[in-house]
Amino acid sequence: MDNLILMMAPLFSSKLLLVLLFGTLFGLVLGVLPGLGPTTGGALILPFTMTLDPLSAIILLTSIYCAGTYGGAITAVLINTPGTPAAAATCLDGYPLAQKGEAGRALGMATVSSTVGGIFSVIVLVFFAPILANLAYEFGQPEYFALAIFGLTMLASIGDGSPIKNLIAGAFGILISTVGKDFMTSIDRFTYGINELSVGIGFIPVVVGLFAISEMLTQSTLLDQVFKRVALKAVKLPTKDDYKKTWKTILRSSGIGSFIGVLPAEGGTVASLIGYSEAKRFSKNPEEFGKGSVEGIAGAEAANNAATGGAMVPTLALGIPGSATTAVILTGLIIHGVRPGPDLFKEQPEFLYGIFGAMLIANVLFFIFGFFGAKLFARITLVPNKILWPMIFAVSVCGTYSLSQSIIDVWIMLFFGVLGFFMRRYGFSVVPVIIGLILGELVEGTLRQSIVIFDGNWLMFLTRPIALTFFVLSLIALAFPLIRSKKNKKII
Amino acid sequence: MNNVRDKKRANKSLPFFFRTEFKVFFLIILVSIILLISTFSFDTVPPILNRGIQPATFPKGLLVLIIALTTIIYYLSFKKPWKKEKSLPKPFFLTILSFIIFIIISKTLDFFLAISVLSIFVSYYWGERRIFYLLLVSIIFPLVVFIFFEMILGLRFPPGIITNLYYY
Repeated sequence: MDNLILMMAPLFSSKLLLVLLFGTLFGLVLGVLPGLGPTTGGALILPFTMTLDPLSAIILLTSIYCAGTYGGAITAVLINTPGTPAAAATCLDGYPLAQKGEAGRALGMATVSSTVGGIFSVIVLVFFAPILANLAYEFGQPEYFALAIFGLTMLASIGDGSPIKNLIAGAFGILISTVGKDFMTSIDRFTYGINELSVGIGFIPVVVGLFAISEMLTQSTLLDQVFKRVALKAVKLPTKDDYKKTWKTILRSSGIGSFIGVLPAEGGTVASLIGYSEAKRFSKNPEEFGKGSVEGIAGAEAANNAATGGAMVPTLALGIPGSATTAVILTGLIIHGVRPGPDLFKEQPEFLYGIFGAMLIANVLFFIFGFFGAKLFARITLVPNKILWPMIFAVSVCGTYSLSQSIIDVWIMLFFGVLGFFMRRYGFSVVPVIIGLILGELVEGTLRQSIVIFDGNWLMFLTRPIALTFFVLSLIALAFPLIRSKKNKKII
Repeated sequence: MNNVRDKKRANKSLPFFFRTEFKVFFLIILVSIILLISTFSFDTVPPILNRGIQPATFPKGLLVLIIALTTIIYYLSFKKPWKKEKSLPKPFFLTILSFIIFIIISKTLDFFLAISVLSIFVSYYWGERRIFYLLLVSIIFPLVVFIFFEMILGLRFPPGIITNLYYY
């Protein structure tokens, strides 16, 4: 009961409610704009959150996460371009249905299933995060090392990219985290006499560069692209018949999305693809998929929004990001002095339950905004790239500069922007770099401390049951995408 | 599907050093080896103070892993060549050029002048010709951003010919 009251706290604070409203609206705008999205948007707004208290800052980021994930569906349905990668599967049936003159029905189904998926995942978060956090009390340095390795091996199966390329990108991310003074011995690494590099490479320049600036470069290659827009009169609630057809799909995808979200490093994109394919597998009319099936929309949208709450579970309970956007949220927690993990649940329950409540409310808010304002949000895509991206550049540069007031950070951002563009061009996902960068210090720190504990005997890792379990899971995580890729002939 | 197959065939017909996969492989290996060599110049901790491993060991391990994985993807590309990417259009290179101009101006003249110049340059070469919109992206919007960061967030931007007009 106490926890329920704590969850509802954002509703009774005008400041938090305002932050939630702004976050949801901003998240929707970001989700609608192809190329942006909750990860880039979260990274762009992170420096601004420094003026807020920790709870408001995290509520802002989580509401952007929830609404941004849903917002991607609007463009997926109306212009056949996913606003976020997680909405890619929504295009498959959303756009064909819209082409049949039923854009309102397609968006209505996307809105309802996203909301149900999102709320379902918050319930999962409320129940499972404390359990996982309690389990983390059993963890020592070797267990945390094994867990971080498990999180990194999960990178192999991100999206539909090559597992080996994902692992290279992840290792590169960890390598970036080693730049600067070694935290155990204060010895400079990869600084090459540049004083500014002694403190290491910050998260913000890397994430803004890899997402916003590299996307700007990508947009510069797509200037001749023309979107075919489908007209939208109004969003319609699904009919009784639609509910009958889809309720099982929505629930199944909500479960799938929450489960995939909990897995470290996985996120909405994988969840929506699995949600969609499972919806097709269980459907009585699989031949309708790809031609405007409401089950297809429901399967993809419930899953990607359910992944939001799921991804917050390992982020808050263990400090291991469940997705790229939760990596940004994790950074937000760290720069506000909040250390995720079991102690957070014990010492600051009001903070945690405030976040849970905010996510719940954000899901209701984007339902209202989506239902009544989808037409308006769709108009945002009319802002031409030649005006939008120079503005995003200005915000990216100032935001990056503002965090440590260093011009070197701006140059690092530009460097990672160019690097990110070429990585994506040659099939390397940029998400593993971010997750590698976040987990780098944890991996190295726990490894070195474990070696001290074990007196240099590496085999002692195998005597710890929890660590051993994570190592076995890591092997499975590595083997699974390789087997799947071999089947699909997509290892490289 | 045919398009992808054609692109792959086009890439396969090139001499090996012109193929995309070789260029990517070569660049990653080259950078990794340079970084690996530089790890040998890291200071070492005397054995009596050393707890666990030396500071250079972990990055060395990562670089060896990157080299090994890159070699694997290159080896696998013999069986399955990568597709040849379309050549990059002019606006891409102009955008990169605008980044270079941005760095030069921000270092020598003024941070906000650099943002304005980049904005107008990018907007113009991406096809915007209307004066109002060019002024919007190059002057009005950066000014709003400056005021927001300066007044609301209390941030101090680096000195320069324009920023100094405000600060002094």
